[in-house]
Amino acid sequence: MAEPIRVLVADDNRIDRTLLSRIVAREGHTVITAVDGNEAIERFTAERPQIVLLDALMPGLDGFEVARRIREAAGDAFIPIVFLTSLTEADELARCLLVGDDFLSKPYNSVILRAKITALERMRQLHATMQEQRDEIAQNNARLLREQQAAKDIFDSVAHSGCLNASNIRHLISPLAVFNGDVVLAARNPAGSMYVLLGDFTGHGLTASIGAMPLAEIFYGMTQKGFHLADVLRECNRKLKEILPVGYFCCATMIDFNFQKSTVEVWAGGLPDAYLTPADGGPSTPIVSRHLPLGVVSTQRFDPSTEVFELKHGDRVMLCTDGLLELRNSAGEMFGSGRLIDILGRSGAGGFEAVKEAAYAHMGERLREDDLTLVEVTMLHEHEIDAPMPTYVASGQIGPRDWSLTFQLGPNSLKEFNPLPLLQHVLMEVPALRVRGGVIFTVLSELYTNALDHGVIGLSSVVKSTANGFTDYYRRRLDALNALADGYVRFEFVSRASDAGGYLKIRVLDSGPGFDTSIVAAARAQTANVYHGRGLNLLFQLCDSLTFHGAGNDVEACFRWGDGDVPN
Amino acid sequence: MTIRSEVSPDGRGVTIAVEGRFDFSAHRDFRETYESLDSTPESFTVDMREATYLDSSALGMLLLLRDHAGGDAAEVRIVNCNPDVRKILTISNFEQLFEIR
Repeated sequence: MAEPIRVLVADDNRIDRTLLSRIVAREGHTVITAVDGNEAIERFTAERPQIVLLDALMPGLDGFEVARRIREAAGDAFIPIVFLTSLTEADELARCLLVGDDFLSKPYNSVILRAKITALERMRQLHATMQEQRDEIAQNNARLLREQQAAKDIFDSVAHSGCLNASNIRHLISPLAVFNGDVVLAARNPAGSMYVLLGDFTGHGLTASIGAMPLAEIFYGMTQKGFHLADVLRECNRKLKEILPVGYFCCATMIDFNFQKSTVEVWAGGLPDAYLTPADGGPSTPIVSRHLPLGVVSTQRFDPSTEVFELKHGDRVMLCTDGLLELRNSAGEMFGSGRLIDILGRSGAGGFEAVKEAAYAHMGERLREDDLTLVEVTMLHEHEIDAPMPTYVASGQIGPRDWSLTFQLGPNSLKEFNPLPLLQHVLMEVPALRVRGGVIFTVLSELYTNALDHGVIGLSSVVKSTANGFTDYYRRRLDALNALADGYVRFEFVSRASDAGGYLKIRVLDSGPGFDTSIVAAARAQTANVYHGRGLNLLFQLCDSLTFHGAGNDVEACFRWGDGDVPN
Repeated sequence: MTIRSEVSPDGRGVTIAVEGRFDFSAHRDFRETYESLDSTPESFTVDMREATYLDSSALGMLLLLRDHAGGDAAEVRIVNCNPDVRKILTISNFEQLFEIR
């Protein structure tokens, strides 16, 4: 027997009503009766029967109108309505099925009625189950959307962060996609350079956002500690290879903007060409992807080699993901790199805005299919850069007060290892030096570059003044380093501090032959062109004192603070 | 999108032919062509003659195949690429991992 339910029987004919009620009750169901349309609606509202048997023709409100009102009152719930009728016209019966769910012709047959109640109850339950599931899905979906929104907020604060609001950076990140897999990171390093990374993770979902977290952390952590581009990339690649499943990776371009030298150093793996656009018009130079994306190969196979380009003041670098090139217009035609090059080539057209406008115009009203991410960075003079320098957080407030450190690098270390982040880390333990962290890092890197490039390797900085000077210089430098068999660079640090003040002496010695130190005086007198390259001018300005000993392969820089009345 | 595969007569090589758009919808079929093999053959050839388009998830699938075939020791060739397909492979520098002809 079927599960007992409540059945409303509405019929103005007493005999029919009694007969029907008896058949329904015999099945174990609860019977609710009504003698006319108004009572039927009242009793439906009060007692919520699950099935309604309704006389089609009643005085007052007729059955069809009652059915309409019952449907209204039932709202979302499905209440099967069976019309009771003595009508035999096909049209009339069809109308019963239009408004109701079934009909039962007089005289009533108890077997048929039982079968209909069972069938309709089955339908009602099916409907109820469907509705429950629908509500559950809607709830889950709402929860998922809330969580995705929260996840997107976290992703945005991690993935599109750093000094992206610096006045020499313009960027566009498509606002439509919840997770578009694109990551834009920018930060300055202690020497004042700006590192910018554009990444595009495969897959647009959570994979991308999960990968973005360690990528951003490594980028910011290592950039502010002064690691070289290659070191940062190697670590990013290692981490992504470790955490991403096979088949997932991150196409990326990373650039070091050196505002002092007006150069960019680029590593590009898997993104479409970036472009260097000269400020004075003229054709753009493509920066071509030379590497596998991040997260594909192991550290042993990873190639962090970079290319160096020289820029002039106002020159711009435009980076984009494949989203821009694959944008389709209403005719299905892709935006393509040809359009991009055309727009960049237009003189005085403010590259970024023009590209953005053209991209929007190309899409028209169409939904954005992919990620549309654009970044443009302009080469300026260092003093024009408004992005903040990294601040140092050291372990203690007290710090070492009387210490020295000697650190010597042999040929195999000089080839690959960058000692500057490590040494900077040690120096930043001295509280008084932290406020001058950027200056100290710049001095350290100038001294180290001089000792290694001009001392140990013996490169002449005159190379840099030719047309393709920097590119040529870095190539020669790389060749020489690879061939390096002996030589050293030694750092000697001595520091004393008291409550009143203190000093730090940095002495850097190299195995090179030294140089004609008579030019030092000229450099100091700010006749900068006399000797190109050793950054002597800069060093004299940044250090409290700078002394060359012996043949010039032994140089000492000194920083003092407080009243300087400290024991030697 | 259709994926067909064929084992060479000597059983040592497998050719996987991709037809149409090679994207995420091909994922299951592509994996099945090599995961269903009883033994791992010495070499794989992915024939792109009929492939019109390739996206980043297809690049991921190629990496999965390479991993399955032995990673750095794998012998995987990608052949008959049209210019569009070739360009995607070149931007990602996949010639460092695959023999592309």
